[in-house]
Amino acid sequence: MVNGINVVQEARRLREKIAIVPQEARPIPWMTPKQTVLAYLLWRGFAYGEAKRRALRALDELGLGGSVDMMNRSLSGGMRRKVLVATVLSSEAEVVFLDEPTTGLDPISRREFWRTLREIGKERFTFLTTHYLEEAEELSDNIGILDHGSLIRIGTLEELRKSVNYTYSMRLLAGSPNSLPPLEKGEMITGMDGNVRILTVEEEAFRLSRELSKGGIRFTTNPLSLDDIFFYLASRKGEK
Amino acid sequence: MTYSSTLQVEKARNELLDPKYPLNKRRWSSQILAAILVNSVYEMRNYPIVLLNTVLSPLSFMLVIVFVSHGGLIGEAVEGGFVMSMFSAGVGLQSDLSHLKNDFKLQDMVVSSPTNWMTYMFGMAISEIVYAFPALVVLVILAYYFVRFNAIGVLSFIGVLLLMFLASVAIGFTLSTFSSDIVQSFAFSRLISTLFSTIPPVYYPITYIPLPYRYLAYLSPTTYAAELAQNAAGYLPLSSTAQTLDWAILLAVTATLLIVAGSKARWREV
Repeated sequence: MVNGINVVQEARRLREKIAIVPQEARPIPWMTPKQTVLAYLLWRGFAYGEAKRRALRALDELGLGGSVDMMNRSLSGGMRRKVLVATVLSSEAEVVFLDEPTTGLDPISRREFWRTLREIGKERFTFLTTHYLEEAEELSDNIGILDHGSLIRIGTLEELRKSVNYTYSMRLLAGSPNSLPPLEKGEMITGMDGNVRILTVEEEAFRLSRELSKGGIRFTTNPLSLDDIFFYLASRKGEK
Repeated sequence: MTYSSTLQVEKARNELLDPKYPLNKRRWSSQILAAILVNSVYEMRNYPIVLLNTVLSPLSFMLVIVFVSHGGLIGEAVEGGFVMSMFSAGVGLQSDLSHLKNDFKLQDMVVSSPTNWMTYMFGMAISEIVYAFPALVVLVILAYYFVRFNAIGVLSFIGVLLLMFLASVAIGFTLSTFSSDIVQSFAFSRLISTLFSTIPPVYYPITYIPLPYRYLAYLSPTTYAAELAQNAAGYLPLSSTAQTLDWAILLAVTATLLIVAGSKARWREV
């Protein structure tokens, strides 16, 4: 069900309420941003004049007002992404699906793009898929964690944090996990990349930090992030 | 957020969800126009060189036939130019749709919009005719001077072109939904165009082909189209039985291809 609509039985009605920007979508290079957004709105059934008005307004809102007649091929990666987002922003869709909208963007463009996504999120329900967990942490009200196609947990960031019994995450920057002092409270998790992280509580994190510092072992200690929560939940998949 | 900007967001939201633009007011004509703009008008406007290409392609083979026959087959060659233009326009849909689908994910965005597959295909098909329009204009001028049609002949010729176009659109659309990359797509497109519009006797009468090979030509629906077109202008006499058979085969092939397009084409990724 999406917004109370059965996706199988009411597909036609559903398509009138949603808009999607697929992960690998890119604006057609020989078209301009205005032509791109305008054409999409025509496909949604708007009259030409209305589509043009909405297209220009959406592009202006996204800071592309001065580039509406430039060829898409001459725009930067971030601007091209914004053109695609302008298509759904200008539409009347109540639910917007953005599939990895910031993939391929440099860190500065990505953070700039987050502002745009936050604004869209204020106006309508936005379903964002991302591999960047800090992005989900930064932008989402509710976060669903998928592992190998299965939804393993859903909730607010706070609820997800509460589902893990630890508050700190530690990572060794050098040395083997065998060099760690015995763990009194916490869990050691090995990710699929082979990296080890320790999830633990505050006082244990301080104790371990002191021990590791004494032993000259380089490490990081941070409050629990979504990244850590993902590793924790993925490692426990299958447990109730 | 300030009070005023909150109001602005609220106003924008209300406007976006305006009941003046409910589902039942969506315009089918807008959806067709979108396809025409994206697949032909914008491309021709932004890359004018494609206009030259679209004119030269069907005319080049026609000129060869005219020169080789010392002008004797100019009427057949002009008719062949029409058949090839319409067939190539339909088959061209395959590479265009595939390019838009695979490289820009346009079809994925349209699939999730209120446009259905028939409207999308119809719009794209019309866009191919718009794309072929410069060539068709040149051919109409040539036909005016070099092809002698009577009124029934003109209607018959238009009918043949229409069926040819529908058949090639069905082939193009079906293959485009299966094609996964542009190289494969262009290879298919060229192969189909050659097999159906260059090798068969589209630009000259079938009687020019020696008899044992003539039967092979009948494997292509364009052969029946060319026979009917040449008959319509009086270049190739056909018995009424042969004419009926040609029409029946052309209609059956077109209907079959359209049914296959409707049932087998993969509009959505599965």
